[in-house]
Amino acid sequence: MIPELGHYALVLALFVALVQTVPPLVGAATRNAAWMNVAVPAAIAQMLLVLIAYGALTWAHVVSDFSVLNVVQNSHSLKPMLYKVSGVWGNHEGSMILWIVMLTVFGAAVAVFGRNLPPTLKARVLAVQGLIGIGFLLFILMTSNPFIRVIPAPLDGNDLNPLLQDPGLAFHPPFLYAGYVGFSMAFSFAVAALIEGRVDPAWARWVRPWTLAAWSTLTMGIAMGSWWAYYELGWGGWWYWDPVENASFMPWLAGTALLHSAIVVEKRDALKSWTILLSIVTFSLSLMGTFLVRSGILTSVHAFAVDPKRGIFILVLLAVATGGSLLLYSLRAPALKAGGLFAPISREGALVLNNLLLSTATATVFIGTLYPLFLDIMKLGKVSVGAPFFNATFVPVAIPVVIAMVVGPFLSWKRADLGAALTRLWVAGVAVVAAVAVTAYVQAGGGPLTALVGMALAAWAFVGSLVEFAERIRLFRVPMADSWNRAVHLPRSAWGMTIAHASIGLSILGMTGTSAWQTESITAMKPGDHTAVAGYEFRFDSVGLVDGPNFKAERGVFTVTRDGKPVATLEPERRSYSTTRMTTTESAIHTTVFSDLYVALGDPTQNGSAWIVRIYHHPLVPWIWIGGVGMMLGGLVSLTDRRFRVGAPERRRRQGKAAPLPAE
Amino acid sequence: MRRLLYLLPFLLFIGVGVAFYLGFERDPRDIPSALIDKPAPVFDLPPVPGQPATGGLSSAKLAGDVTLVNVFASWCIPCKAEHPVITRLSREQGVPVYGINYKDKPEDALTWLSRNGNPYAAIGADQDGRVSIDWGVYGVPESYLIDRQGRIRFKHVGPLTPQVVEEQILPMVKHLRQG
Amino acid sequence: MKRVLLATLLALSTLSPALAVQPDEMLPDPAMEARARDISQELRCLVCQNQSIDDSNAPLARDLRLLVRDRLKAGDSDDKVLAFVTDRYGDYVLLRPPFKATTLVLWLGPFAILLLGAIGTFLFLRGRRGVAAGADTAPLSADERRRLDALLRKDE
Repeated sequence: MIPELGHYALVLALFVALVQTVPPLVGAATRNAAWMNVAVPAAIAQMLLVLIAYGALTWAHVVSDFSVLNVVQNSHSLKPMLYKVSGVWGNHEGSMILWIVMLTVFGAAVAVFGRNLPPTLKARVLAVQGLIGIGFLLFILMTSNPFIRVIPAPLDGNDLNPLLQDPGLAFHPPFLYAGYVGFSMAFSFAVAALIEGRVDPAWARWVRPWTLAAWSTLTMGIAMGSWWAYYELGWGGWWYWDPVENASFMPWLAGTALLHSAIVVEKRDALKSWTILLSIVTFSLSLMGTFLVRSGILTSVHAFAVDPKRGIFILVLLAVATGGSLLLYSLRAPALKAGGLFAPISREGALVLNNLLLSTATATVFIGTLYPLFLDIMKLGKVSVGAPFFNATFVPVAIPVVIAMVVGPFLSWKRADLGAALTRLWVAGVAVVAAVAVTAYVQAGGGPLTALVGMALAAWAFVGSLVEFAERIRLFRVPMADSWNRAVHLPRSAWGMTIAHASIGLSILGMTGTSAWQTESITAMKPGDHTAVAGYEFRFDSVGLVDGPNFKAERGVFTVTRDGKPVATLEPERRSYSTTRMTTTESAIHTTVFSDLYVALGDPTQNGSAWIVRIYHHPLVPWIWIGGVGMMLGGLVSLTDRRFRVGAPERRRRQGKAAPLPAE
Repeated sequence: MRRLLYLLPFLLFIGVGVAFYLGFERDPRDIPSALIDKPAPVFDLPPVPGQPATGGLSSAKLAGDVTLVNVFASWCIPCKAEHPVITRLSREQGVPVYGINYKDKPEDALTWLSRNGNPYAAIGADQDGRVSIDWGVYGVPESYLIDRQGRIRFKHVGPLTPQVVEEQILPMVKHLRQG
Repeated sequence: MKRVLLATLLALSTLSPALAVQPDEMLPDPAMEARARDISQELRCLVCQNQSIDDSNAPLARDLRLLVRDRLKAGDSDDKVLAFVTDRYGDYVLLRPPFKATTLVLWLGPFAILLLGAIGTFLFLRGRRGVAAGADTAPLSADERRRLDALLRKDE
């Protein structure tokens, strides 16, 4: 009964989405307020209906209703409750429902909080959101209905892939989808603006918070996915340049560019048609990611169950959304008025450089990911494009982004003095020299060159971002109390920028540390054996059998000492899930913030008396994710800036106070 | 000119979309052999222990006629599916078929052959898979067509089907025998 | 059908915890072992999905890792080992595609885009400057600029 309710709610949501789309578009074209206003209740109703469907599916999973095919295929009565709930989005059908939940929540948020939006813009934004909703609801109902029953119902389910039964991965998709779907807001605003034929600073101010929110959650989603790969896949890698990872990385890169170009639109009324294009491209890359993951068109380790019918459907969606919006762009964008002027050396110029480099980075990942496909369909042979390619091409593009990132905020709008900016960065320069000296000393001439470059870059990004903040609050130039006062009254967006930029430095620190200096030991060990890794002594004490809810595990106990003093006890597991007949490694990690000690228990050796044990020392690796969390926090802090608060842009205008644009 | 610039993203997208659509046609797992039209590797494999009647397989045995080399294993389920096709090819359609027994336990291989019949003119046992690597084998079953000069002319990955035999292998054999 | 069979039978390791390299494979000489690891990361595991043979626990990946080590022991240079494997499996096994006619767009594409983008940006900025000059704006004096910067900083 309840699954049917969910099914009907989805069908109804489809009709409501139609109502959210057609009348408001007509109303906006004919300036009919009543027709335009239909969008608001429709958006809210659509959200409620989709939530009902989502609740119904969750219910079926929680009570293990094995008459529902989706539950049979992805759940098991003994599965822990956490994974019954997260298992809803751990499969293709359920994840699509979560996708559309996010979409309608964003839509309803515009409906509720967008009171100060010009009515036609609001109606059109909601209509475009409704249009996206129609596409995805049709997709779910026609190809991926999660409410299909099986008769007779089996006694138990097939269980969820045990690799997904993990807290890190359980919460990774919602963040990822919130990010992907969040970019739909920028898209809808862009399409609405193209229909209106008008882009102004106020438009950018409405778009920025949505983009910031999407970017922050996507950052978190990617960071969680990488963290999961690090501890679950058993050898401490954190990024593989797999097509599915790239599929989430491309919208992130484009979204980062969008975040920065929207600032130029907001502050200087320039780069308008470029920002519109970026909004369309960013969301299109999110859609393309969905397509790549679910169509099986590229081989990936993470791919969902593949069904060409679904692939074709998403391709049609992509063609309509992206093709349609880009066609609209080619017709309407030339008419957009160019805005504020600026010299090449200026804040705007720095942001243009940022966009140029980030777009190149996005294109690099795009070309690398899709090249095997392009070559193959042109019958020019088969190639593989893997990590070595991306490391060789992406990194050289990313380095100048980070270098410029530090200098940009020192440049004033319109026209700036690069020499003066660099002079003010002397502290960061000193930090770079110090980082290189310390690294060279620690490596004693034997380490890789990349370590020197990486540490220099990390120091530049971290210290340079803090120097900029210190300059703003005139630290050490005015009394401490004054500086404090300035800091408190700085706009939150300034805080957010400093946090996010400095965090990039932290992430680079972690990436460099683990890539350059990790130590690995792979040995067959018997209980009682010792191994020394990176100055730590690992003693393999024992192996015991442990019963989990839906698995059995061998749990090893390792005592770690350093110079005879105890450091940690690590208990890695090797789990066998009986239903799916899969084994997973649950590595044990001891972190000291400066490094991770990482132990994974592998297969027993042939005669069964010993186990293959992998022990790693990963210097600085936690900073990758500390940096990731920092970037997300930076985004969120920026989001609390008062100019993004509800009603702020409108009030400003009513008071007759000009937007912060200097007179020409 | 300026308008054309604004049309560029749309045109690029059309290209990508068409590529995606065509992408459904391809099989990403089908990897072409690097050895087509090149001489077959030089090798000398012992017979499957306990089945010495035909005395192993070496490059020398392949010379002189158009032959099919089939890589198989008893643990490979599609191999069993193609076995009748191979048997017919060897016994009725007159193409000598040689086997490379890939990473198999000898006793399993013998049981498998006695149960399903042995259509192979000779079988070499590749216990460590090293000779198969020389052939560029990446999965079993795989079949290679060798011409009279000992060059690899055709490779098929996966089980042979009557359709593949009729449409690709037999015409090719005919052509190679004439040439 | 064929794809399904291959998928199920050959690639038994999809996304499994890839505890790939085993102790019994490793070479006694650490320098040579390190070279073997580096080479392994450049080679694609053919039956897996985008993993290198260093990351994959598929049997064929193990065979190839052993092969790489045997070639190194036989005295091959790194390039010769890669060539040995490419002779048998084609360019497909290389995770860093070789630079040749068919990969020109792959390798030069990113830099071409950067270059075109830079030229485009330059033209755009120059065009804008022309407009700016036409708008008859006198350059700011140092003092004016300082004051303007101060104002702008205060405002944001």
